[in-house]
Parts: sequence; C-alpha cells; structure tokens
Amino acid sequence: MDNNFQSLSYFLPELAIMATIICVVVSDLIPDLKKYNYYISIFGLVVTALLLILGGFSSNEKLLFNSMLIFDSFSFFFKNIILFSTLSIIIVSKYSNELDDEYRAEYNTLILVVLLGMFLMTNSINLIMIYLSLELVSIPSYVLAGILKNDKKSNEASLKYVIFGSFASGLMLFGFSILYGLTGSLDIDSIHNYLVNVNNPSAVLFSIILILAGFGYKISMVPFHYWTPDVYEGSPTTVTAFLSVAPKAAGFALFLRFFTSVFTSEGAMDSVTPLLNINWPLLLAILSAATMTVGNVLALRQENVKRMLAYSTISHVGFILMAVCTLNSIAIYGIMFYILMYTFMNLSAFYMVIHMSNAYNAVDIDDWKGIGFKHPVLSAFMVITLVSLSGLPPTSGFVGKVYLFRGLFYDKEFIWLGIIAVLNSVISLYYYFKIVKSMYFYENEKLEKKSAHPVIYLSIIILSSQNLLFYIYWSDLYNYIIKLF
Amino acid sequence: MEHYILTLLIFIPVIGALVMLPVSRFFGNSYSKVVALVATGIQLSLAAWLYWNFDSSLSIESSPFTLNIPWIEHFNIYYYVGVDGLSMPMVLLTALLSFICIISSWNIDKRPLGYFSLFLLLDAGMMGVFLSMDFFLFYIFWEVMLLPMYFLIGMWGGPQRHYAAIKFFLYTLFGSVFMLLSMLALYYYTTPNTFSLTTLITEAPKIDATLWGFDIRYLIWIGLFIGFAIKVPVFPFHTWLPLAHVEAPTAISVILAGVLLKMGTYGLLRISYPLLPFEAIHFAYTLAILGVINILWGAMNAIAQIDMKKMVAYSSVSHMGYVLLGMASIVSTSPAGAQAGLNGAVMQMFNHGTITAMLFLLVGVLYDQAHHRWIVYPDNHKDQELAGKLAFGGLAAKLPVFNAFIIIAFFAGLGLPALSGFISEALCFIGGFSAFRTLTIIGTLGILLNAIYFLRAYQRVFTGPFNEKYSHLKDISSRELVTVVPIAFLVFLFGVYPAPLINIIKHSVADLINIFQTAM
Repeated sequence: MDNNFQSLSYFLPELAIMATIICVVVSDLIPDLKKYNYYISIFGLVVTALLLILGGFSSNEKLLFNSMLIFDSFSFFFKNIILFSTLSIIIVSKYSNELDDEYRAEYNTLILVVLLGMFLMTNSINLIMIYLSLELVSIPSYVLAGILKNDKKSNEASLKYVIFGSFASGLMLFGFSILYGLTGSLDIDSIHNYLVNVNNPSAVLFSIILILAGFGYKISMVPFHYWTPDVYEGSPTTVTAFLSVAPKAAGFALFLRFFTSVFTSEGAMDSVTPLLNINWPLLLAILSAATMTVGNVLALRQENVKRMLAYSTISHVGFILMAVCTLNSIAIYGIMFYILMYTFMNLSAFYMVIHMSNAYNAVDIDDWKGIGFKHPVLSAFMVITLVSLSGLPPTSGFVGKVYLFRGLFYDKEFIWLGIIAVLNSVISLYYYFKIVKSMYFYENEKLEKKSAHPVIYLSIIILSSQNLLFYIYWSDLYNYIIKLF
Repeated sequence: MEHYILTLLIFIPVIGALVMLPVSRFFGNSYSKVVALVATGIQLSLAAWLYWNFDSSLSIESSPFTLNIPWIEHFNIYYYVGVDGLSMPMVLLTALLSFICIISSWNIDKRPLGYFSLFLLLDAGMMGVFLSMDFFLFYIFWEVMLLPMYFLIGMWGGPQRHYAAIKFFLYTLFGSVFMLLSMLALYYYTTPNTFSLTTLITEAPKIDATLWGFDIRYLIWIGLFIGFAIKVPVFPFHTWLPLAHVEAPTAISVILAGVLLKMGTYGLLRISYPLLPFEAIHFAYTLAILGVINILWGAMNAIAQIDMKKMVAYSSVSHMGYVLLGMASIVSTSPAGAQAGLNGAVMQMFNHGTITAMLFLLVGVLYDQAHHRWIVYPDNHKDQELAGKLAFGGLAAKLPVFNAFIIIAFFAGLGLPALSGFISEALCFIGGFSAFRTLTIIGTLGILLNAIYFLRAYQRVFTGPFNEKYSHLKDISSRELVTVVPIAFLVFLFGVYPAPLINIIKHSVADLINIFQTAM
C-alpha cells in the first residue's frame, strides 16, 4: 500500500495515543483541568484499546507508510499485552504514594510516549523505524527512572540507564550500518533477500552480535543486564513494574520479528534454519543459559525485594530466550503464551510490592514479616503469584514453562539447555519462597494493619487469579494464539 | 456413582477446605477441625465402599471406576483416573491415615483454619497421585502436594522448621523437574503423542532415538528414577528425610512417612516399570544394591540416634530398602521368586505405612506430655547435669496401656512374626534371594540391626528404674487410643491373615510380571 493516507486508517490506535498525549500535556497547562489528566489518559487508552481491537479483526498483513511498518496479527497480539499493562500501570500509579503529585501529568505523558514507542517497536520493519521506535521507548524511560527528583537512588538509576542505553544503541546502530553497507537497503525483507546470497558470513555474524547487544540490552539479556538491578531498585515501583513488563514484551516482539525475518534462510516466523548456516541459535542458547543462571544465582542473595524481582526478571528473560533459539513456530507460540502469563504474574507481584511500600514502607524482604496474617487474602494471592513465577503447577507459570520446553523436543540439539533450565527453576524457588517464608513463618504482632486501596487490592487479585484461571482454560488461549496466524 | 467415586475421593477434601472458610468465619476457628474430620470421614467411607466393590481382576481400562475425559485436547491431556491393585492399598492407606491424623491433630490451636485447610489440600494431592492414570495429571498432583507440605512443616513444626521446610521443598522439586523432562520426552518421542499411562505401556518401549550417544529410554528412566528416588528416599538422596520428619508436627510426620514415601516406590511401579521394562531390567541390579544400602545404612543410622523421632525416621529409610529389594527381584528367573518379591514390595508399602504411622503417633503421644523425646540426653544438652544421661526409664509400669501399644509398634517394626511387617519383609527377602543371592544375604543383616535399635530404645525408655521426674505422666488418652487402635488392628490382621491385602494386589502384580516375562 503506497498511499500514506490509506495507511492512516490502520494507524488509528497510534493516532489515538498521540491525541491523548497532546490532551494530557495541554490539560497540565490549564490549572482548572490539571486534576483531570489521569482520567484523560485512561479515557484515551480505552479509546485506543477499542480502536486496536476493532482494527485487529481484519487480520490480513498490510505494509504501511511505504513499507516502514507492517500491520499483522503478531504485532496485534503484543500490542494488546502492552496496552493492557500500560493501562493497568497508569490506573495503579495514581494510588502509589511514592510519586510526587506535582508531576503526575509528566509521569502519565512519559508513559504514554513509551507506549507509542512500544507500539511502533512491534510493527517496524525498517532499520530506521526500528532504531527510532527503540529510542522513543528508551529516552522517556530514562526520565521515568529518575522521576523522583530528590531521591538519590532514582537519580542514580536514571544516569546508569542513560549510559548503558546509549552505549547499547550505539552498538546496535553499528550493526545496522554493517547490514546497510552489505545490502544497501533499510527494509528488512530486502536485506534478507540480499543476505541470502552474500558470501561474507563473518561480516553478517559481526552485525548479528552487535544487534544482539542492542536488543539484549532492551530485554536485559546477560551480559547486557547490568543496568537492570540498579534501575529497578532506584526507580519508583510503578515504573519498575512498567519497565519489567511492557518494554520486555515489545523488545521480544522486535527481537523475534527481526531475527526470524533477517537472519534465517526462510526469512519468516516459521523458519527453521539459520541464515548462511551461521550458528547464532547456539550463541543464543549459551546466552540464554547464562542469562537464567546469572539472574537466578544473583537473586539468591538479594534482600531488597525490588532488586530480587529485577534478577528474577533477568532469569525469566533467559527462559524465554531458550525458546527463541530453537527456531520453530511452536516455540514462537510458546513465547507469546509465556509473555502474556509473565505480564500478569509480574504485574501482580509488583503491585503487592507497591502496596507494601505504601502501607509499611517495606523495602527489604524482612519488612514483609508477618504480613501473611495481616492481609490473608492478598498474601494468599501473592503466594499463588510466586508459585507461578517459579513455574510450579497448578499455575499458569507452569503451563507457560512447559510450552517453552516444548520447542526443545522438536529440535533435539538443545536438550542440555532444558536441563539447565529445570535446575534453574529449582534455584528460583528458593528466593521466591524467601518472601513466602517472611510473610508466613514469622509473627509480627507490633505491625498495625493498614488496608490496601481498593484499586490496588482488586488489581492484585484480578491479576493473580489468572494464574489459576489460565491454568484451567489454557487450551482456549493457546487455540486463540494459533488462530492469529 | 461408579464413574465419579474416584473424582469424589480426590476432591472431597478440596470441597472440605472450601467449606471450612465460611464455617470458621461464622462459628469460630476451632470448628475447622470438625469440617476436616467430616471431609476425611466421608473420604474414608468412600474408600471403604470402593474396597468392597473393587474387583482386582479387572484392568484399569475395563474397571467400572475408571473415568477418562479430555481436559486439554490439542495437547492430548486427559482427566484420566483409575484404580487397580497397585493403587488400591495406597488409596486405603491415604484415606485411613488422613482421617487418623485429623483426630491426632485435634489439639492444634495455632491457626487451626490454616492447618486443617492445608492438610485437606495435601490429602487431595496424595489421593490424586495414586489415582491418576495420565502422566500429566500425575505430575500436577505430585507437585500440588509440595506447597501445603511446605507450610505445614514450616509453620507448625519444631525449632528448625524453616530450614526443614525449604530443604524438603527444594529436594523434592529437584527430583520432580527431572521427572518433568522425562515426562515431556516420553510425550514427544511417542506417536501419537500421549500422556496416558495405559497407552504408554505399549508405546514407550517403541521409542527409538539416541541423545548424546545414549539410548533415550535410558535417559528417561534415569530422569524418572531421580524424581522417585528422592521421594522414597533412596540412599544417597535421603538427607532431607530425617530433618523433615523430626521437625514436622506429629500428624505431618505420619503423612510424610506413611504416604509420601510410598509415592516414590509407587511411581516406580506405576510408571518406570511398566513403561520401560527393558531399562528396569537393566537397572534392577543397581536398584537391589541401593535397596540393600538403604536397609543397612538406615538401620545403622537409627542405632546411632538418641532422639526417638529421628530413630523412627531412619527406620523408615531402612524399611523402604526392603521395598526396593523386593521390587528389584522382578528380574528373578523363577516366576515364584518374582511374584513373592513384588507382592512383598507392595505389601511392605502398605504395612510400613501403618507401622511407621503407629510409631510416630506413639512418639508424639509421649512428646506431648514430656515435651522432649530424647532416649539419652545429648552431650551438649543445656542442662549439664543431664547431659549424656538416660532421659526416661521404667515407663512401662507407669503407662501400661501406652506400653502395650509401643510393644506392638516396636515389634512390628523389627519384623516379629505374626505382625504384618514380618510377612512383607519375608516376601521381599524371598524374592530378593531368588534373584540376588549374595546381596540379599548381606541385606538380611538389616533384620538384626533393626532389632538392635528398637529393643535398645525400648529397654532404655520403658524398663529399668522409674524416673521420678515423670510421675506426672498420664496414660494414653481415649482420643489417642482412637488413633492407634485401628492401626494396631490392621497390623495384627495382616500379620496373621494377609489374604485380604494379597487378594487385591496379586492380579496387578501378575500383570506387571507378565510384561517383564515377555521383555526378558
């Protein structure tokens, strides 16, 4: 589709986000409207959701804006996850005591800008668009991490994030420029068509490694994970929850699309052989093993809950990468399935952290002592969430992990990775259950019960109950994912 | 009714746990135990009904109780529950011990709602493991048990409970993740992909693939074995057991030793043996060696213990060794030997469940009153005057009824003829002798070692001069009698007349032996 105007009709959700951003900014300037920015953001996101879902029914692939973007069901799926988590974060952030009321509008604006960037990340098919959308996500994220102006840790988080982020995108740009130099094209399909006939595998391998650094930074893959714990610890918890879920989903969407359409012989999602027989799946498998092991082992010694969850995020990324390296469509379904589960699990865990820090100023695991008896319902759901994060039945986390393992049995090369992965899930149980131990195994009579705000309370319960719900009805969800293609 | 009785057996405790929430809210926390008693009571009566109507000669496919409905269709996962001669004794044992444990926990006053609801969830998980005939379902129930067990040990246990709880959890999980991999391998290497344990009996031996130069079926067998061996526990995976048993509250120790350990051997008999008979034959000698090590190692450790509960815990390690030896003897060239060994193993699973339950219950009765259970005070005891001295003495005259039951339990434990332990141990040795002569002869030393620690403990605690410090001890109460009398009755009954037990297991055992006869 060449006409830019025609493309606009498939771009309505993004346009709605832009309109919302403008409205929020304007409302912040008018004193009478200032207090409404929260409702404006929510209204805008609901409109976006409606447009997204209505548009999603026409699931034919379409190229938009002179092949800058692609409109397909793969991006539709990830956009739903991203939009849902963003909406949920904006709703809950209002009730977090950490954020300064003065800057609520800035906060919402920044999150909406990140949202726009993530939407573009899921459907960019042009190197320039990929770079721009990644930066559109990264730059507001740096600001979000440092939004607590007077908090030293928040400033530190922001600075570290900027330095690591710019470095990684520099590397990635270098990788892109090599691809451009080899092929003379920015469109990923034409790049692929050129690369198939290129007789310089080492240059391609070099660009793969550089691009991997850029993407790996976004999804916090080892060895580009160093920013994660510090940023997660220093940022306000709502931002941490946001960063740990939505940009990860978008990052994986981009990662999967880019690697399967550029660096495989077939150049499509259901590819099975790597390009020019460059064994990047093996490289990825090693990185995956390293990511999950480093994440889990370092999480063992953490006392700060946010920091621990940061390492747990790293280990989950390792698990998802395990399925990426097997290169088959079944593994892709598994990843989509898992990212959806993971979004719910992680959000509910972080909302519990928000509640704890709102009510009890809890920072360390020790501050959670005796909470199990003060908040029996919330704690019970937190246990379900943690069980799900560690991947035990009867929770959807278990089902998700089984799907990730599934790919390994089709491509038997990587069964060793499966063994490392299962051992890692044993390790992960230990630190997740440190929280459970703290909640239930100690009495803390001095603690005065402070109830959670109904919005946070409901969010935690709704998000964690999916752990049981999707466990029972997962086949419907899976059938839905398959039907998307 | 017939189709749904197994489902009811599994889910009655879950319903009980759900009913408990409103009941405890409106009538008070202490009513939760009444609900638990009713739920386990219904479960026990259902199990009894099942026993009366059970026809052991029917296979799982033809049994009227079997229920097989699709759960996750595109993944070929079924809600497939069934009962045969291997699971029937375990179902009875689970239902009986759960009911008894609720009575024995009657005095729990620390957070009763949590305790009893978790207990019921645990009960449901155990029942589910013994009744599932779909591997996926089996695995889920297997894992579901861990969480309640973790809380029950960690919240209501002894001084080292936190450590014991997480150690138990991690150990078992370590084993079960390997089981998960083996399960997925079985699923993906068979065509059509299936988790059904009855279909896999014919499909699994057809798997023909290699991985890293090994036959994939050997790897699957090893993965399954790690999972089950940790649960049994087979030496050297047994170190979680003494800690968990000692720290757990009495009723939970009973469940741990009485039911949970049996899941390991049950899993071997239900999954590893029929699915991969060639590999089972290949590993039989190893299994027998491990069994004998278990017998001797457990018994020697038990001799060294000065804590009664720990002694009983190690005696479990030793007694599970008999089961392993009996199971390994399936490779015996004489069919009679294989039959004796396997029947003995299944019977020993049941009998050890009852005997060890009785031992733990009785030790718990003493502990409740005396607040310690030392046989001899340890050298580093906080009261220096008592260190290294005998803790009790002469209790026999003071507590005559209690003493009578202790005698039954101890003698059943050391395998005295006319008590149930003797028959199953003897059968295991007969089977073992026909297959592994030298090993079994070494193993019989275990009988002697078992006698040493049981008799010595009895002598030190119940005979000799009476320790005046314990003049306030009361004899066993009627509630505690209710818990031990039915078990004592079973111990006597199966000691003199084991036919009811053998009749329900012999057909399934014969089927299993048939599979092996054709494999050899």
